[in-house]
Amino acid sequence: MNLLSLFNRNRTTAPVARDRLQVLLAHERALDGRADLAAVLQQEIMEVIARHIPIDRDKVMVKLERGRHVSTLAIDVEMPETALARD
Amino acid sequence: MSKVMVVTSGKGGVGKTTSSAALGAALAQAGQSVVLVDFDVGLRNLDLILGAERRVVFDLVNVIQGDAKLPQALIRDKRLETLHLLPASQTRDKDALTADGVERVIDELRQRFDWVLCDSPAGIEKGATLAMRHADVAVVVTNPEVSSVRDSDRIIGMLDSKTVRAEAGEKLEKHLLLTRYDTARAARGEMMKVEDVLEILAIPLLGVVPESPDVLTASNLGAPVTLHNPAAPAAKAYANAVRRLMGEDVRDEDAAAPKRGGLISRLFGRRAAA
Repeated sequence: MNLLSLFNRNRTTAPVARDRLQVLLAHERALDGRADLAAVLQQEIMEVIARHIPIDRDKVMVKLERGRHVSTLAIDVEMPETALARD
Repeated sequence: MSKVMVVTSGKGGVGKTTSSAALGAALAQAGQSVVLVDFDVGLRNLDLILGAERRVVFDLVNVIQGDAKLPQALIRDKRLETLHLLPASQTRDKDALTADGVERVIDELRQRFDWVLCDSPAGIEKGATLAMRHADVAVVVTNPEVSSVRDSDRIIGMLDSKTVRAEAGEKLEKHLLLTRYDTARAARGEMMKVEDVLEILAIPLLGVVPESPDVLTASNLGAPVTLHNPAAPAAKAYANAVRRLMGEDVRDEDAAAPKRGGLISRLFGRRAAA
């Protein structure tokens, strides 16, 4: 780290604030009273999986990353050992 | 033509009540007849900021419920004879406000005053939605800070969907009042600039009120800042905001930013896309 970055990085936080707001508000405006699409997707995907295997809700990880251009929803379901065994 | 104006923000503590008092007083100082209506039922404070706290007898809820007539509840300012206050109730909660009751009171106030200023409570619940319900003009008070800007964006969405004017497809004037602005910190990149907030919220700028010790001094004394010290930069910013509300094309010479007035005044000419 050089001296210049010490001066600049700590101080110019306003552009960070502006960029964070622009990304966040683009998502919030798109919602406009509707339920969060990510939450709806998560719920429906879980329902489909639960139809086929027993799910332990404590062993489900959901990660959402909202980006300026692309958002990702990752659902990580731990399957019980017996789930894939043939009857 | 009487105008109903809501002063709103979503977030608390950004300066709604201070701004309501200052704008109301500045309008009265400009010769307009004004009533300030405190919609913060349960947490009234406009009476305190105006120095009228010891004169409250009846309040908005009493009028809505028919326990008092409107003229009995109105308090006339001792310094400005065209400035009046309709206080909020301190002992009730926001459920005591009804849509019909608020409509009746606003209609009656429209007959009596040039300006009906509704000081909204924080939040997006009943008190806030009823305060904005009948507005012709909205002043969105925002600090140059992320949570305040986010909440203002939400409130702008509600102004565009939940007001009588929005539902009728009519235009509702929206204005941004940026408060607690520190030009020096913005210049150093420590605080979002006026143009950053304008770009994000995309509503026209009514004024930039600088962070100023005069605001606390005035509230300590129970006087709107425009009355207490008209020469203070914050007071000038409110006075200029009021001139803009009344349709004047005011170039801000120094009120908002003594050192960079040129830049800021150019922003006032800017009209955001509706």
